[in-house]
Amino acid sequence: MAENERRRPPSPSAQAAETLAEHVVEIVSDSGEGAQKCGQSFATIAARMGNGIWTVEIIPAEIQPPARSVAGASGNRVRLGSGPITNGGDAADLVVAFNEQVLLGRIAANELGPGCIVLLESKWEEDRDPAIVASYKKVRDELLEGGYRVCEIPMEAECLNHVADARRGKNMFVLGLLCRIYSMELGLALEQVALTFAKKGDAVIAPNQRLVEAGWEWAEANLDIRFQIPATPATETQLVMNGNTALGLGVMASGMQVCAMYPITPATSASHYLSDVFQAVGGVVHQAEDEIAACTFAIGASYAGKCAVTITSGPGYSLKQEGIGLAVMAEIPLVVINVQRGGPSTGQPTKAEQGDLLSACFGSHGDDPKVVLAVSDIEDCFYSVIAARKIAETFNTVVVLLSDASLATGQQPFRRPDFDTHWLAPPVDQSPIAGDAMPYDWDLQTGLAQRIVPGQPGGVHCLTGLAHDRSSHIVYDPEKNQEGMRSRSLKLASLQKTLKTPPVVGDQEGELLIVGWGGTKGAIQEAVERVRADGHRVGSMHLRFIQPMASGIKDAMQRFGKVMTIENNWCDSLDDEMIDEENRRYSSLALLLRARCLVDIDCWGETKGQPLRPGSIEQVIRAKLS
Amino acid sequence: MAILTAVQRLCRDEKLPREKIVFVSGIGCSSRFPHYMNAYGFHGLHGRALPVAEGIKMARPDLNVFVNTGDGDCCSIGAGHWIHAIRYNMNMTVMLHDNQVYGLTKKQASPTSPIGLKSNTTPRGSYLDAMDPLNITLAGANVSFVAQAPDWIPELLYEIIALGFRHRGFSFIRILQRCPEFVPTMLDPWMQDPDNLRLLDHEDGIRLSPNLARTYRNQEAHDPANIDRARELASGNDGVPIGILYRNESVPCYEDVLKPDGLMPPEIVGGRLEAEFDKYTVKPAE
Repeated sequence: MAENERRRPPSPSAQAAETLAEHVVEIVSDSGEGAQKCGQSFATIAARMGNGIWTVEIIPAEIQPPARSVAGASGNRVRLGSGPITNGGDAADLVVAFNEQVLLGRIAANELGPGCIVLLESKWEEDRDPAIVASYKKVRDELLEGGYRVCEIPMEAECLNHVADARRGKNMFVLGLLCRIYSMELGLALEQVALTFAKKGDAVIAPNQRLVEAGWEWAEANLDIRFQIPATPATETQLVMNGNTALGLGVMASGMQVCAMYPITPATSASHYLSDVFQAVGGVVHQAEDEIAACTFAIGASYAGKCAVTITSGPGYSLKQEGIGLAVMAEIPLVVINVQRGGPSTGQPTKAEQGDLLSACFGSHGDDPKVVLAVSDIEDCFYSVIAARKIAETFNTVVVLLSDASLATGQQPFRRPDFDTHWLAPPVDQSPIAGDAMPYDWDLQTGLAQRIVPGQPGGVHCLTGLAHDRSSHIVYDPEKNQEGMRSRSLKLASLQKTLKTPPVVGDQEGELLIVGWGGTKGAIQEAVERVRADGHRVGSMHLRFIQPMASGIKDAMQRFGKVMTIENNWCDSLDDEMIDEENRRYSSLALLLRARCLVDIDCWGETKGQPLRPGSIEQVIRAKLS
Repeated sequence: MAILTAVQRLCRDEKLPREKIVFVSGIGCSSRFPHYMNAYGFHGLHGRALPVAEGIKMARPDLNVFVNTGDGDCCSIGAGHWIHAIRYNMNMTVMLHDNQVYGLTKKQASPTSPIGLKSNTTPRGSYLDAMDPLNITLAGANVSFVAQAPDWIPELLYEIIALGFRHRGFSFIRILQRCPEFVPTMLDPWMQDPDNLRLLDHEDGIRLSPNLARTYRNQEAHDPANIDRARELASGNDGVPIGILYRNESVPCYEDVLKPDGLMPPEIVGGRLEAEFDKYTVKPAE
């Protein structure tokens, strides 16, 4: 039976720490109270201790939500473990809440695991507003009845012993508290605080360090909760960042020099980051008047010889489709990054979903073959941008890079890259064009043509989005249009010949193959491992190239009795009375694979705005196996 | 054809290497223009010529960028881009081929069609007053060059386009162009009675030749620095203004403000990237 920590006398700190393989910790507050910074710092300290981490941001839907509201809950989930952590995990094991209201949404969404420890700011019990006092007591008592362990902590009162504005300091107090609970090194925590506030100087660093120490000491004196998650020492230097920062760094490292964007959630932070740093390598971030202008501005820059990128999310991607078709038709290299969010329409701007796969592949008008790549973790965000630029310039076409809201804000450590000059784009070619080179001198085997850019003597021509011949003259001849379409299509086949079959992870043959794409990789692989541990023969395959798709995928499927995709998008369930084999709407990847491989592929998906949990996937797999 | 002749002459007179010229267009009759020039060209999407041209200029300030656009392309589907292009003030020469009707789609009303114009979409006559591209441009933030030229006075057309080209910034030239197919007589009153045109002459603008000065008596010594008078002229109460309405050399160009430094050598990119990596580096505790 749970007990109320507040009624216990302070316990001595000598208690031994319980050793764990991993834990899921959440910090939730009102928007603006710093729970996100607390979570990020805690995760970074854990990473520096050598633990695997994955963070998930808890983002309120409103910019300035009212205080103490369910909608305003803002914070961070940190999953930390002894080994590598590849996803946000299942329910939380320990939650720090700055008020009781922010907990309600987490409880409703089943984010608190059974027996979860709740560290709750206690000041509300003595609030002047009787309604707040009543609400606080009600939630606290319900938590206790529900089997949770509640520790009421006078966070703000303790902070006031050290700083004047407790509302802004609580997050660092909590950071100290958590570091003590999880047996982190205090010195490391203080160092991390100094790094976090380095730009703001000692006047900010010192009081925040004092708060961390205060939290640590309070936990030492008053809490008997001690955990230890032994680290597997990393042998190499790592970077810890979120996916959008990794995308921005990838743009810098790819040698692209122009990024044209229009603000949209959750893509915007990538362009914020680039706005800060891109100039240092000679790049420019252009904030256009709209998404269409952002895309066509990038097309102009690419046409002039510098591959450009435009970064957006779902609704912005829709607007860019017109420009994407033009770039495919005029054969101009272009990288389009779509950090997907919940849809359709304005949908759920801050929530995770993988809903744009089909519009990425087929969204523009007419047949416009383009490359679609999906990133599956933070490290992949970095390297895929570099790959996308290279493919775009090699094949003179559009490469769409799909990320999503969970990768955008989630943090994960990965090996620090060694800079390679081959990542960079070559300088703009201004050498004279010999003879009668044509802008669309398509190779009959590959569909590829020489790229000619303005400034090259002897190469003048006029590109057009209209049907054209090899010289870029507008054509009305049906045979010439057919030739152009064939050449553009062939480019995908040419790229496809260079792709490796994605590996099957887990069993190489057996009962069930799970196929996924994008940010669900870690959760899928973890779920498969849990099922395999019971002796089931299950494997998983994760696709990076969606269009074109590598060969060998069908062969892999045929080694398994059943195949299904797991995706963070919609599919009809056959359990629904209205749904049958003839009207079922499949998940996006399942639809593509069924068409390509002629294999009976089942699918499961969810559109709850959250990253898929390994536990949910595990249940789906078990049901499929039974 | 008159515009083509004027622009070809300009490129020759300015000794522009053909490979350093890019003509950018959207969609419409005007937008076929790049195909007729022996230079680099980009014939893209309806209404989107300006952002493409901006991207080109940002990436490659060394290129001479011209934009050919029409009254539908610029003032209708591309109106948002137009207003912002004025504000960016990138160094390019924009020719608005304004024939006051949609020609490529075979006669529909355009935003600059006069009220009462009968077209396929306005069989009972267009309902709305025409939009005034000159006044709208003159009202834009960072406006730096606004002119109007007729396509039937080759000498003036050339002079105006040449001054626009030599102006550093966003040079907006509305060209009154006849559509021989769908509204062949629309500009007749302006063509046939020289007094309906008001020719602007100034030592800082166009100097009228004696020949033109004799033919066109409705003249004004208009200082292009005077934006208030430019706006009055644009409203056309004293006749259709022809010449340089406004010019301000001191408005900064976006490509100069953003200052793209161009491709850095790999060792510099590498160094700056490593400095960024340092910010996110986590070394495991000893």
